[in-house]
Amino acid sequence: MAETITRREFAAAKVTAAPRRRRSRGLAPGKRIPYARLLGPILLLGAWCLASGTGAMDPRTLPAPWTVVHTGAHLWTARTLPTDILASLRRAGYGFLIGAASGVVLALAAGLSRIGEALIDGTVQVKRAIPSLGLIPLFILWLGIGESFKIVIIAIGVFIPIYINTHSALSGIDSRYVELAEVVRLNRWQFIRQVVIPGSLPGFFVGLRLGVVGSWLSLVVLEQINATSGLGYMMFQAQNYGQTDVIVVGLLIYGVFGFVSDAVVRIIERRVLSWRRALTS
Amino acid sequence: MAARADELTRPAVRIEELTRTYGDRAVLDGLSLDIRREEFVALLGRSGSGKSTLLRAIAGLDHTVAGSGQLQKPDRVSVVFQDARLLPWRRILANVVLGATGSDVLERGRAALAEVGLAGRERAWPAELSGGEAQRAALARSLVWEPELLLADEPFGALDALTRTKMHTLLRELCARHRPAVLLVTHDVDEAIVLADRVLVLEDGAIGLDVRIDLPRPRSYRDPQVAEYREQLFAALGVVDDHEGTAQ
Repeated sequence: MAETITRREFAAAKVTAAPRRRRSRGLAPGKRIPYARLLGPILLLGAWCLASGTGAMDPRTLPAPWTVVHTGAHLWTARTLPTDILASLRRAGYGFLIGAASGVVLALAAGLSRIGEALIDGTVQVKRAIPSLGLIPLFILWLGIGESFKIVIIAIGVFIPIYINTHSALSGIDSRYVELAEVVRLNRWQFIRQVVIPGSLPGFFVGLRLGVVGSWLSLVVLEQINATSGLGYMMFQAQNYGQTDVIVVGLLIYGVFGFVSDAVVRIIERRVLSWRRALTS
Repeated sequence: MAARADELTRPAVRIEELTRTYGDRAVLDGLSLDIRREEFVALLGRSGSGKSTLLRAIAGLDHTVAGSGQLQKPDRVSVVFQDARLLPWRRILANVVLGATGSDVLERGRAALAEVGLAGRERAWPAELSGGEAQRAALARSLVWEPELLLADEPFGALDALTRTKMHTLLRELCARHRPAVLLVTHDVDEAIVLADRVLVLEDGAIGLDVRIDLPRPRSYRDPQVAEYREQLFAALGVVDDHEGTAQ
């Protein structure tokens, strides 16, 4: 009898000692939700379907999602959409590449030499105060209304955030690392490759993400000014004919491009800056 | 033959009339010092007495500081800083061999890591190491160069007491094996007595006191002779040791 009691008591003790699920009371936002960044857009899409399906949304204001899909498919088979997308992608791509490359090169030049800093940094800061889109009239006069002025404007828009962020990360590299590089006798090139570039990569990626989004932003505006192809041109034409569905197709494609390019940069960033995960995880 | 003998007796470091000034203030003022080969020298001094200035002058890290004087030092000099100073974007092995050259450089790096007890951590990121481990990695980095002179600027200052004691043992072992001359800057009098062959006290920009520590190893803080040296050094530093056991 006594034995059973002790056993039962033991069992009871065990129950209370069992680890309960602890509620997190930390200040951190908590565990990540998988695919969290898709959740918002999907909810929005659902609301749109619902509004169009119940007739709450006038199709002249915003056509139903299925109408948009149908229009998109039609434009695709008529071969105008692929041509427009390709034209837009080419402009954004070239502009982005040129802007990113010059941003990095000039940031290195300004960060590594006092002469470079004197010549470049001030100039860029002045340029920063002038909106890139404000340069459009001047560049049209200089370069004509062709592809080159569009690419140049996009490149400038990408260049600025990449330069600013890379340069600030670069000048923020701990001077103690410079001392270390001297102690282990790195030459200038080794110093750049092993200390300066990896040290400024976090800033570069911040700039890259801003730059990618910026390149799409400039594109929309540029393609609505005297273009004969591209997504912006397509939307501009649609406005003249009151084709809301075509405009929405264009907007959606811009949105998808922006989202995908940002995601790609994020993935690359995670790979390249894997050493930082050791800090944040 | 005579040249060879001269080579052997030549000191590792010879400093003559070294002066370093910041503004109007001469932090080092006509300082002269010889450090023999394989000699372990600890450098004490009050805050701002110029300990680090001297070390940085020997390391050649003070290009921007005004000064004069003669300085002879060996070709292979390593520096260990107060912080481990590992590049966060390089794995431990890559940090240890930073700047080193040669076809066997990775082998040397692994060997150095094994020597400091970090075998198996070659692929870890610096952020994953504890303070003591990071400082061990920094020691390994200095060993890769097979230094003739090891300069250490309060290398254990940021570590807890337990880890520090372990690091003392490790440093003694490494020095016994690799036999570099050592200049250890420290503010810890006991550390200086336990580790060094010779303790210097820096005062008014010159060597104020130069004591040879004539004690068998391993040394213990509790040794009464250590206490004698401690009193002598405290006096030179202008500190009154009025409570027993400050050392521990």
